[in-house]
Amino acid sequence: MNISDELYQQVILDHNKKPRNFGKLEGATHFAEGFNPLCGDHYNVYLTVDDSGIIENAMFEGSGCAISKASASMMTQAIKGQTIEFAKSLFDQFHKLVTGETVTDDGNKLLGKLQVFAGVCRYPARVKCAALSWHTLTGAIDESQDTVTTE
Amino acid sequence: MSLNIDKIRSDFPALNQRINDDKPLVYLDNAATTLKSKPVIEAVNQHYQMESANIHRGVHYLSELATQKYEDTREKVKRFINAPKKEQIVFTSGTTAAINLVAQSYGKTYLQEGDEILITHMEHHSNIVPWQILCEQVGCVLKVAPINDDGEVIMDEYLAMLTEKTKFVSFVYVSNSLGTINPAKQMIDAAHAVGAIVLVDAAQAVAHMSVDVKDLDCEFMTFSGHKLFGPTGTGVLYGKEELLAKMPPVMGGGDMILNVTFEKTTYNRPPYKFEAGTPHIAGVIGLGAAIDYVSELGLEEIAAYEQQLLDYATNSLDNIPGIRFFGTSKHKTAIISFLIDDVHPHDIGSILDLQGVAIRAGHHCTQPVMQRFDIPATGRASFSIYNTHEDIDTLAQAIHKVKEVFV
Ligand SMILES: Cc1ncc(COP(=O)(O)O)c(C=O)c1O
Repeated sequence: MNISDELYQQVILDHNKKPRNFGKLEGATHFAEGFNPLCGDHYNVYLTVDDSGIIENAMFEGSGCAISKASASMMTQAIKGQTIEFAKSLFDQFHKLVTGETVTDDGNKLLGKLQVFAGVCRYPARVKCAALSWHTLTGAIDESQDTVTTE
Repeated sequence: MSLNIDKIRSDFPALNQRINDDKPLVYLDNAATTLKSKPVIEAVNQHYQMESANIHRGVHYLSELATQKYEDTREKVKRFINAPKKEQIVFTSGTTAAINLVAQSYGKTYLQEGDEILITHMEHHSNIVPWQILCEQVGCVLKVAPINDDGEVIMDEYLAMLTEKTKFVSFVYVSNSLGTINPAKQMIDAAHAVGAIVLVDAAQAVAHMSVDVKDLDCEFMTFSGHKLFGPTGTGVLYGKEELLAKMPPVMGGGDMILNVTFEKTTYNRPPYKFEAGTPHIAGVIGLGAAIDYVSELGLEEIAAYEQQLLDYATNSLDNIPGIRFFGTSKHKTAIISFLIDDVHPHDIGSILDLQGVAIRAGHHCTQPVMQRFDIPATGRASFSIYNTHEDIDTLAQAIHKVKEVFV
């Protein structure tokens, strides 16, 4: 088992170093704050969603480990231009992937590049890192006022 | 006499295993909890296997045997911390429980609105939150003595914050996230000069240096069994006799009473007044074995050995480019908190783990310390009697691996 092959794939390291869609999104229609009290990882997720339910823009800011940051970065890329419904079903598949549930071929097609997170399921302590920004996304979509936590 | 490390290592079965693809375990998370020695495991085992009985209530053989062994530990703790009497040793489930007991018993009874409680910026959450709860209940005020860049209490500021309003001072003897050894005696004397009561959280001290409550002259002292090679769920509150005598119990129930009627109940005397219900009998008996174990090795020898480990580790890690240390006091135990470049400690922890090296990554239940240094978390390697130079070499190599992954 090689940790850099399995957990820290090059794509993940690259997104950690140069996170995409990083920063505050002015004029966002949806926002939520996500927090992992155990390790202090902390992200804000911003969306602008148009009247037809399409996510026009998605951005995030905050700090945390490489897994959580890369996950947030790649998530914003994957949902930009997509519908809310798509984002939700993508999270379903992503959740299966990182918790080690079987993902169907269709699921994998949907996940695309996000499949680099497959190795996470073998590191139980890190599943929450990978899922944090996605839980925060759900919070933003539902416009729940409370801070989303992983505990 | 110096320690026989090979012998010590053979006393801790957990060290004799390979993890994560056949890597020998390098256990450097001793500040979180220590491993358990064979004598401790055997003492706990013996109780459950052959001597299971409740204490202080049976007339039968096993109950008397268990009571005897449970009370023997009290005597051992008394000697271990040089307490005047064994009645001053209260068993609790740990440091957290002991501090909460003092806050809810002494604090709630004797502190009043406007009174000040002084702690330091390097406290474990268990020496912050119980006092915040008390402040909410009685309206007293929590004050925090600041720390400097080396992670030491700024003594001038501490002294200046002690006034006639200060009724209680509670501070950590050894910081679990920085390793700093506080000048406890000086801090206690100064607190006494303004008439304050002092609690010393010795959770990170007792396994690494000798702690003498008579010499310190603190009113209360606490520690946890599991950081002293003993079972989890055991701990000690030491208190001065006259204080324990006048403090009300926090929990009511069996064992803590002399006589119960619906009209009036009389409480038992200390320490039993504070030990309601069936305690962790097997754990306390195991704690006795743990105390025997460290006492036989000798705290002076342990401290000397660990200082040498600290020096070796500090020197070898200092050579790694991009490493930053948090907690650089000259007076510290073998705890090294660090960051490498801008790699998040969680990532450091995972990569080290895969190489068999167990450290802690996080805020170590000292979030205000992280805020003070403006960092989210640190990696923490904490050493103990069974660690070796080879362990430290493996740690250094593993950290190099982190740098390789995160070039
Ligand atoms: C300095 C210090 N105080 C208090 C505690 C709390 O101890 P316990 O969790 O055993 O109650 C710890 C343990 O993490 C500690 O390191």
